[in-house]
Amino acid sequence: MTTAPANQKTADMARPDERDYVWTLNFGPQHPATHTTLRLVLKLDGERVIDAMPDIGYLHSGFEKLGEHLDYNQYVTITDRMNYISPMANNVAWHHAVEKLMGIEITPRCRYLRTIVAELARISDHLLATGAMGLDVGAFTFFLYAFYQREVINDVFETLCGARFTNSYTRTGGVSQDATPLVVEKIRAFLRGFPKTLQDMRQLLYRNRIFIDRMQGVGRLSREEAIASCASGPIARASGVTRDLRRDEPYLAYADFEFEVPCMTSGDCLARFLVRVAEMEESLKIVDQAVENLPSGPVNVGVDERTALPDKTQVYQSIEGTISHFELIMTNRGFEVPCNEVYGATEAPNGELGFYIVGDGSNVAYRARCRPPSFVHFALFPQLIRGHTLSDVVAVLGSLNIIAAELDR
Amino acid sequence: MSEYLPENVAIGQLDALANWCRKNSLWPMPFATACCGIELMATGASRHDIARFGAEVFRFSPRQCDLMIVAGRVVMKMLPVLQRIWQQMHEPKWCISMGACASTGGVFDTYSVVQGIDRFLPVDMYVPGCPPRPEQLIQSVIDLQDQIQRGGTVDGKEFQLDSRQLPKRALVDLPIIGAPPASAISPAGRHA
Amino acid sequence: MIESAAVTDLAQRITDLRVDEFRGDVRVVLPSTELFAALEVLKQQHGFDLLVDMTCVDYALYRDATDRFGLVYLLANTQTNERLTVRTFLNEPQLVVRSVVALWPGANWLEREIWDMFGITFDGHPDHRRILLPQEFSAHPLRKDYPLQGRGERHHFPVITRGTPT
Repeated sequence: MTTAPANQKTADMARPDERDYVWTLNFGPQHPATHTTLRLVLKLDGERVIDAMPDIGYLHSGFEKLGEHLDYNQYVTITDRMNYISPMANNVAWHHAVEKLMGIEITPRCRYLRTIVAELARISDHLLATGAMGLDVGAFTFFLYAFYQREVINDVFETLCGARFTNSYTRTGGVSQDATPLVVEKIRAFLRGFPKTLQDMRQLLYRNRIFIDRMQGVGRLSREEAIASCASGPIARASGVTRDLRRDEPYLAYADFEFEVPCMTSGDCLARFLVRVAEMEESLKIVDQAVENLPSGPVNVGVDERTALPDKTQVYQSIEGTISHFELIMTNRGFEVPCNEVYGATEAPNGELGFYIVGDGSNVAYRARCRPPSFVHFALFPQLIRGHTLSDVVAVLGSLNIIAAELDR
Repeated sequence: MSEYLPENVAIGQLDALANWCRKNSLWPMPFATACCGIELMATGASRHDIARFGAEVFRFSPRQCDLMIVAGRVVMKMLPVLQRIWQQMHEPKWCISMGACASTGGVFDTYSVVQGIDRFLPVDMYVPGCPPRPEQLIQSVIDLQDQIQRGGTVDGKEFQLDSRQLPKRALVDLPIIGAPPASAISPAGRHA
Repeated sequence: MIESAAVTDLAQRITDLRVDEFRGDVRVVLPSTELFAALEVLKQQHGFDLLVDMTCVDYALYRDATDRFGLVYLLANTQTNERLTVRTFLNEPQLVVRSVVALWPGANWLEREIWDMFGITFDGHPDHRRILLPQEFSAHPLRKDYPLQGRGERHHFPVITRGTPT
């Protein structure tokens, strides 16, 4: 591809094997758009994969370095661009960690709103993940159905905060826009229409012989291997690790809702697919309960707390609001950031997404480290694919749901 | 002259015919790297359908495409790959730089993101947005189709003009900011 | 008052252990020579089987900092959902620490990333090379003396125009 390998390991992988039936195939970094910039160097014996070496970094944009130059409310726009399939979940995770550092308690309405958008983002992510899994093994209609439902969710987000995608919805102490009755109506319409579509989508694939043959038994991951490799999220739950941060360390409003955590023990690609579809149904239940019980009241932490922007009527009609707005925008004296470090984690659709933030008293983080689930999951790939055929490479890669921007940051 | 022609005969230039054929069957090469790639997929999906404009066939092989849509940020490790794929495409070929990151580097003014692919590749159409809505991308395809119809030729002579060949003069390297002064950093870590 | 069997056990084994708690996170600071033994004890005897994350912080511009690099290991127990943060400090020129790939295979890529971004060497790592940046890149970008916009590496490429023969 590009530059010559500069060290022994890459050189070994690229050199042909002494056994003359073994050949090397370069897979990526430009290949069908579902998984963007990943590169695999595969050593093949005919069609059997003997070894695979992932090569990453083709989308490394310096997110963590940027975190040291942007303040907490500006950095939320960058977190959108990490797992870009479900940007809302990243925003919620970032501000969860920031508010943990600053010791801010958000209002009940804000907790419920953030839960609703996080679960809608989870549905959106799983739709695209399962859609891409279907697309990679040849089921194009499934992918189009999934994309149509994502458009409905994007409509909801657009009505809520103005952007269908890369929303930057959360702010320190609250959210950028409160939910109007129109948003609640649109969410209810989505909840009415989605189960029927999910049923249609299921009927396309659940008993499809080709799909099951391509996915069952492929890429088996055992429970011990999953824990040893730091896996989390649907991939770990499909292998029998029953760890879900929404239930084990409840954050936001998850303690108020009843939902189940689907797990399977077989750990193959089909299990990962089924766990994602089951999680979509559980998310529907959570959104339903949240929307029915949405508390009224202020959505941002009050002006006197001096960390959230006051709303516009306060800014134009009261002197305290004007001064607060000016200070927060121009000088950021409103933030009380301790000189300490904290780790805040949430259950993102892909796994455990956490931020390790080091604060130094100013409104700019000293170090903003993102713990990316895709990064630890892609390291699993060589052990999953050994012994399978070339066509299984695509199935296993799809089932891991690797998002390159989160992988490389 | 036209009264001697039957109704189903038209006269025109060969260039116009070639342009009409080429613009209505632009096969995109989706070079999707990041978030704009998702909006590109949404443009190809059922609600905003790019197939209406003849561009449905997203062939992932550069040998079979003529429109490269660079959707997303390009980092320095990826740029040689991008250049090689551009060189593998056959003439006539066009390039759309979709999104702020491909056009100028976007929000990412960092050590690894190329500040605009037009520094290293010839770009025909820029689509602003982060990410641009699917309707904006479709508008850019329509504008590119108009540009092809107006200025295209059968043998690609429109690409030989000086203005298309020289690298852009507006691209100036800006000074590097953001490095703290060397005296501020000491092994003990105290502020100087 | 921090009630954790793991922390009390560590405090008995290691003399200069500092323990504190902030916003519900229990943090433990140890010298880098005792790090591997402590992590082994935590994994095998106290059930911290999940290495959640491993990262590094460059304290060069931090107020009141005494050491340059801080390595952070975030551990979790999948049975009891207990979390623990283990920190150790490193100073130039001794930026070497023993690799924990033998305990958690998932630490392989995490350590490569720390080498790539900060320049800390992991003794005993099976595949010690860069992971996110090109192999010929020479600096460690997340250190505080490297500028955000880089030193010109991002634009060091040939230009292709329409007239370039393919």
